[in-house]
Amino acid sequence: MRHPILRALLRLSRHKALLLLGGGAILLALPFVAMLGGQAWVRILDLAILYVFLALGLNIVVGFAGLLDLGYIAFYAVGAYTWALLASPHFGLHLPFWVILPIGALLACLFGVLLGAPTLRLRGDYLAIVTLGFGEIIRIFLNNLNAPVNITNGPQGITLIDPVKFGAFSFSSRTEIFGYTLVGPQKYYFLLLALCVLVVGINYRLQHSRIGRAWQAIREDEIAAKAVGIDTRNMKLLAFAMGASFGGIAGGIYAAMQGFVSPESFSLIESIMVLAMVVLGGMGHIPGVILGAVLLAVLPEALRFAVLPVQQALFGKVLVDPESLRMLIFGLALVLVMRFRPQGLWPSPERKRELLAGQEGRT
Amino acid sequence: MDTLLQQLINGIVQGSIYALVALGYTMVYGIMGLINFAHGEVVMIGAMVAISALGALMALGLPMGLAAPLALAAAMLVCMGLGAGLERIAYRPLRNAPRLTPLITAIGMSIILQNLAMMIWSRNYLTFPSLIEKVSFEVAGAHFSNVQALIVVLAGLSMAGLLLLVYRTRLGMAMRATSQNLAVARLMGVDVDRVIAAAFIIGSAMGALAGFMVGAYYEIAHYQMGFMLGLKAFTAAVLGGIGNLAGAMLGGLLLGIIEALGAGYIGDLTGGFLGSHYQDIFAFVVLIGVLMFRPSGLLGEKTGERA
Amino acid sequence: MSEVLLEAREVSKRFGGVKALTGVSLTIRRGEIYGLIGPNGAGKTTFFNCLTGLYVPDGGGFVFDGQPLQADAPQKAAVRGIARTFQNIRLFPEMTALENVMVGRHVRTCAGVLGAMLRTRATQLEEARIRRRAEELLYYVGIADRAGDLARNLSYGDQRRLEIARALATEPRLLCLDEPAAGMNGAETEALKGLIDGIRQDGITVLLIEHDMKLVMGLCDRLAVLDYGQKICEDVPAVVQKDKRVIEAYLGEVPEDA
Ligand SMILES: Nc1ncnc2c1ncn2[C@@H]1O[C@H](COP(=O)(O)OP(=O)(O)O)[C@@H](O)[C@H]1O
Ligand SMILES: [Mg+2]
Repeated sequence: MRHPILRALLRLSRHKALLLLGGGAILLALPFVAMLGGQAWVRILDLAILYVFLALGLNIVVGFAGLLDLGYIAFYAVGAYTWALLASPHFGLHLPFWVILPIGALLACLFGVLLGAPTLRLRGDYLAIVTLGFGEIIRIFLNNLNAPVNITNGPQGITLIDPVKFGAFSFSSRTEIFGYTLVGPQKYYFLLLALCVLVVGINYRLQHSRIGRAWQAIREDEIAAKAVGIDTRNMKLLAFAMGASFGGIAGGIYAAMQGFVSPESFSLIESIMVLAMVVLGGMGHIPGVILGAVLLAVLPEALRFAVLPVQQALFGKVLVDPESLRMLIFGLALVLVMRFRPQGLWPSPERKRELLAGQEGRT
Repeated sequence: MDTLLQQLINGIVQGSIYALVALGYTMVYGIMGLINFAHGEVVMIGAMVAISALGALMALGLPMGLAAPLALAAAMLVCMGLGAGLERIAYRPLRNAPRLTPLITAIGMSIILQNLAMMIWSRNYLTFPSLIEKVSFEVAGAHFSNVQALIVVLAGLSMAGLLLLVYRTRLGMAMRATSQNLAVARLMGVDVDRVIAAAFIIGSAMGALAGFMVGAYYEIAHYQMGFMLGLKAFTAAVLGGIGNLAGAMLGGLLLGIIEALGAGYIGDLTGGFLGSHYQDIFAFVVLIGVLMFRPSGLLGEKTGERA
Repeated sequence: MSEVLLEAREVSKRFGGVKALTGVSLTIRRGEIYGLIGPNGAGKTTFFNCLTGLYVPDGGGFVFDGQPLQADAPQKAAVRGIARTFQNIRLFPEMTALENVMVGRHVRTCAGVLGAMLRTRATQLEEARIRRRAEELLYYVGIADRAGDLARNLSYGDQRRLEIARALATEPRLLCLDEPAAGMNGAETEALKGLIDGIRQDGITVLLIEHDMKLVMGLCDRLAVLDYGQKICEDVPAVVQKDKRVIEAYLGEVPEDA
């Protein structure tokens, strides 16, 4: 009796198996390579991979069920603040991660259901606006719930948040392994990587299941989906709640990793960024979403490195700061991709086949 | 008791501005079913252009009585061009695309406009010069200023103008026909492209006026001001029944009043737990409430999807 | 078990000033093919939409298999055993033919999120059953060779067949077909006739809207004629054909069977 993962690997073609092994090796080596450039680089990796996680969570909502959620980051915020409040000196609580993470996920899920239940039967663009509004409400509350009772500590945010800890093994400190010193961000990298592999697996399995097919059916023709007996409202709610839960988990990890949260990290633009990752990469196509997330997460860093020196060299001063350039590129990318490549940069093979077929038809 | 009247007055003033902006959303939505996310940004650019124009005109030594209307005209022209450009470049090519596509494009345009505005007008709060000598009146213990009165009157006049246009002109008839059924209107010889462009242009002109008013009222402008304003105006449009002109006006006024009363009384209602900085949540509570209990809005008709 | 499968009682529906249906009552017996005909705009599709819960009737209602139909949610109709096709085909265009039919199995299967995520033994077995049944149905309607093609790339006739296969996948007791022969050529229509007859032979009651009179008269056990939202006649084909009101209703209008 062989292990199922091994069996799955053996079933792959040699080509794919090599690709998988090579990719895996690179992913495992990445934090060590990045460390050569300093811890900051490993942190960037961590954030990129956290975005991959977030984007795959949102992919269930937007990519699979076709629901435009513009307030996704609110669920992330719920998860982050749940962790921050239950594991920091702010309330003097220090619950273990296996208690907080489920609470955060459940709470986010609950918010998702409360928000989705009244709006999911309406046309899609209403949902977009309502989720957007919800994101803002959450932020307003986070910003203001410091008086008369101090719950969130307002705009200052919450500091000294506990790291992820398995018993005595803390993810924030250094560990000596085989004579090599692993720093905190490297350890988080592996934690996040494991979570990502998990969420990729979940995405993949959901997509190729009865549930995934129902979502796609709803996305393509809601009336026909109802006519074959799919409870469209419940199915949408399910996608919405699942996406929210993943957002909650990601938020918890984020709070633990950063050791600090403040409302500022959960602005609308973050929601739009995660959405852009899903849309630009290729809605509903898992590798595409991962590509989109990595591209957009690394882009600002690349810009920071390229834009400032180039402008200095060309004009002798900085005309456009990297942040607004990043936003401009974002906006432009959204518009251009919708116009010329609405299926995203890396759409699923079936869709690509379709695009090609369409072109042949035209010539 | 005086706060009630005072909040009502404030609410009506703010509400007329919402109504103006809501009209822009509702016209475009009524005709082509698109939430033009970037409309709030158009309003913001209206305010920004007005500031720049006022600065330039006053530097030329023009008296305020002349500079203000000219600046308003400049803001309206720029915004009309912007609206037409948005429609032509961003939305028209997507007219047959699935629903989410133009919505995402609209978000992209909104980001682009905001950041362009930030590059042009900086990320600071800009002061909007005061246009007229402020005179305050008092009625039954409540105060209102001539600026407030002017806003309400101007908003009312331009809305009346819009209604005349829509119900008394050929273009208006074409617009109404297109909003009933775009395909049929086209078959009947309506130049649908022109009608849609007109909706964007007129909406943007009213948006510019609203931006000008916001600037004049609060004497401040900022590149992010369009976002919240747009969101609330959209809420107002939904509240009144999206696609319905009178609904947008009613919804705007109502939302303004709800917000003002809510902000005035939220402290009492929650025993001091929530203060007036929660003002912004009223719009969303209203939005969610309307969508739950009367998704077609106050004046909207219930429409069923045709199978 | 009573002989009656579906009873429509005084069903009415109006759209603004248009009375699409006025007090339509009819009775469909188990195992028959029941035709619903009438000029364009007579209200046939509206009748389907009311029956399948897409529209809520303004008055009247349906009794299906002895129980009233709650006409408020379309998915409930499918659960109860009423499946339909659409006059203007509504497939899931970006899914393959096979996947379209697999979606049809949704109501009769139960794998949930947990099962899908953990890929339990039960889920895997169910998934295999869904696939096998879908393949059988594609074969049954005669498009097994198109299983892997996207629905939108299928020919018109094949799309109609696929829609029927998808409806059959829900294991209906009543299958409602809205102009299934529209746009088909003679040979295709002939094959369709065989298909519908076979479906009835398998014990499924069929409610058929159709303009092709040859098909209707050849297939249906009984039929009802709608005109301006009212039932003007209900009987066996031979009688209906000679009915004066029916001839009047159709006078001037040649039934399209192109
Ligand atoms: N959703 C709807 N909104 C308004 N009118 C409708 C709608 N559906 C059908 N009608 C009208 O109801 C009448 C009956 O239509 P329909 O049931 O489609 O006729 P048939 O299928 O017999 O050709 C027509 O006059 C049609 O215009
Ligand atoms: Mg019909």
